[in-house]
Amino acid sequence: MHELSIAMSIVEMASEEAERHAPERVTAVHLKLGQLSGVVKEALLSAFELAREQSPLAECALVIDEVPITVACCRCGVERPVVSWQEFRCAICGEPAEDIVHGRELEVSALELQP
Amino acid sequence: MTTRLVEVRQKVLKQNDVVARELREAFRRAGVFVVSMVSSPGAGKTMLLERTLAALGRDCRVAALVGDLATDNDAQRLARSGAPVRQITTGTVCHLEAEMVRAALGDWRLDELDLLFVENVGNLVCPSSYDLGEDLRLVLFSVTEGEDKPLKYPTIFNTADAAVITKSDLAAAVEFDGTAARRNILSVRPGMTILELSAKTGAGMADWLAWLRARAVEARA
Repeated sequence: MHELSIAMSIVEMASEEAERHAPERVTAVHLKLGQLSGVVKEALLSAFELAREQSPLAECALVIDEVPITVACCRCGVERPVVSWQEFRCAICGEPAEDIVHGRELEVSALELQP
Repeated sequence: MTTRLVEVRQKVLKQNDVVARELREAFRRAGVFVVSMVSSPGAGKTMLLERTLAALGRDCRVAALVGDLATDNDAQRLARSGAPVRQITTGTVCHLEAEMVRAALGDWRLDELDLLFVENVGNLVCPSSYDLGEDLRLVLFSVTEGEDKPLKYPTIFNTADAAVITKSDLAAAVEFDGTAARRNILSVRPGMTILELSAKTGAGMADWLAWLRARAVEARA
C-alpha cells in the first residue's frame, strides 16, 4: 500500500502549481496512470481523499486517465498493444515484445482551474 | 463557471527518480556494481544473500543494505558473513526509496566496494514503482509459492532484469512445475534471464555466482 504516499506527492505537487496560479483554484488534477506503474487506481482514489484533507486542494477531484501497455513490435515495426499484461506479445502479430513504449506512466498531466 | 485546463506533465515520483539517478552516477563513478533484490516475504532473499556474501567475500569487496519494516535481524544474520551490512528500518513503509538508500550508505566509501546488494522489503507490489539507482534488479520467488506467481504480479517481473527461482531443493516435495514457471516468467517478460538454485544445498549456486560476476565485469567494462 504505497498509494497514500503517492497521493501525498500528487497533492504536494498540485499545491505548488496552484500557488503559481492563485487566485484561481485547482478544481481537478488529471493523472496519467500506466497499467505497469505499480499503482492501483481504486486505492489511489481513496488515498487521495485522505491526502487532500487540510490542504489547499481539499475540494479538488482526481481524474485518472488509465494508460494501456503498448510495445514497439519489432516484426510490425510500429507501436502495438500487447495481448495482456500477463502475456507480453504483440496483440496483432503475436511476436514476443520486450520494448515497452507506454504503460509505466505515473504523472500529473494537467490541472483544471477556476477563477 | 469557466474552467481552464493547464498542462503540467510532471512525474509523481520525480524526486525519487532524481535521487536514483544521482545514486546510479555515484555508483558508476566509484566502480561499484549494485544489485537489488525483491520478492515476497519468506522467498529466501536473506539466505541467498548470506551465502552469496560469504562466497564472493573471499575475493571481492562486498557489502549489503537490507530493508525491513522492523527489526535488524537480517542485518545481524548477514553480518556473520564478515561483510559490512546495514539495516534500513522503514517503519510503516512497504518498500525502499532511493533517499533511504542514500541515507543508509552514509559514510561508506563506495570506491572501496566491488559489489553492493540492496535487499528490498519483502513485497511484490510496491517496490516496482521505485528506482533505487541499482544496475541490476532481481526478482526472487521460491518453489513453494507456486508456478503462477509471475502471472499474479506481472509488474514486478516487468521492472526486474532477471528472475531467480529459490528453494529448488523443495521442488519435488511441493510438486513444483519448473517448465510452467519458466513459461509464465517469459510470458510476462520475454527474454528474461532465469536462474534456479537452492542456497541451502548449494545447487545452482556456482552458476548464480558466475553469472553475477560476469554481469559486474560487463557493467564496469
